[in-house]
Amino acid sequence: MNAEPTTAAHPRPESWLPILELSAQEVFEIMLGCQVEPVKEEENPRNTEFTAMVGLAGALCGILTVCCGSEVAGKIATRMLGPEIASSEGQVWDALGEICNMIAGNFKNKLAGMDGRCMLSVPTVVTGGEYSFHSLADGDSMSTVLLFEGQPVTVRLELHS
Amino acid sequence: MSKIRALIVDDSSVMRKIVERSLRQAGIDLEKVVEASNGAEALGALRDNPVDLVLCDINMPVMDGLEFVRQVGTVENAKGVPIVMITTEGSESHVVQALSSGARGYIRKPFTPDQVKEHVLPVLEKKS
Repeated sequence: MNAEPTTAAHPRPESWLPILELSAQEVFEIMLGCQVEPVKEEENPRNTEFTAMVGLAGALCGILTVCCGSEVAGKIATRMLGPEIASSEGQVWDALGEICNMIAGNFKNKLAGMDGRCMLSVPTVVTGGEYSFHSLADGDSMSTVLLFEGQPVTVRLELHS
Repeated sequence: MSKIRALIVDDSSVMRKIVERSLRQAGIDLEKVVEASNGAEALGALRDNPVDLVLCDINMPVMDGLEFVRQVGTVENAKGVPIVMITTEGSESHVVQALSSGARGYIRKPFTPDQVKEHVLPVLEKKS
């Protein structure tokens, strides 16, 4: 991919969505060998059976989440490990957490001026869709839905003001 | 190039498998692969398992990768063993910290097998 948007061109958080989308697309393309494209959120409702979270602290503070259904999470793990390795439940959590971690890292690495001033937490993965998510982030938020093998994966970033 | 004994340090077991696969895809003949999930575990593993190459993440619980690189010289078996960082921390300051602490290479996640080859082979060639 040649496009490389950064905060130099998009200085305000409300214009960071293309950077977030590109960050996620690159992770899927490089680590899973597949292209994913953003689609309309209203036509592809969020499935929260699996939710991976990575916290951001420092110059950029907030939380990045990746939500998907259990089938999608399993396919992501299989793609990452290769079809010859049967993925266990723990490896599915691990794989989704790493995807979230890489999207967060890729995103912050694309933001000009963030050099070393934003740290990532280790990932956490929640399973089971029956929960309410209450982020204390009170700033901008943005989300994108990507179609992975025809099923939605929602990437959301919530920022502290 | 002779057979290589590698230590792969990452808190993600999936990522450790991907790194191992990438090394094999890079044409590196692995005699033995030792795994550790954080820096402290890696220091312990090195005491019992001499290796030719270490690939290490930065963000890990217990002991992070930068601290591991600083402490690795205290392990007799590990003196002079090349360390290549593989991490989501892609900032210039992290690269500088890692290289000034003794790491020989730096790969940003997400990475391709070609990138692993590009960064690891010169390190191994220099060692041999």
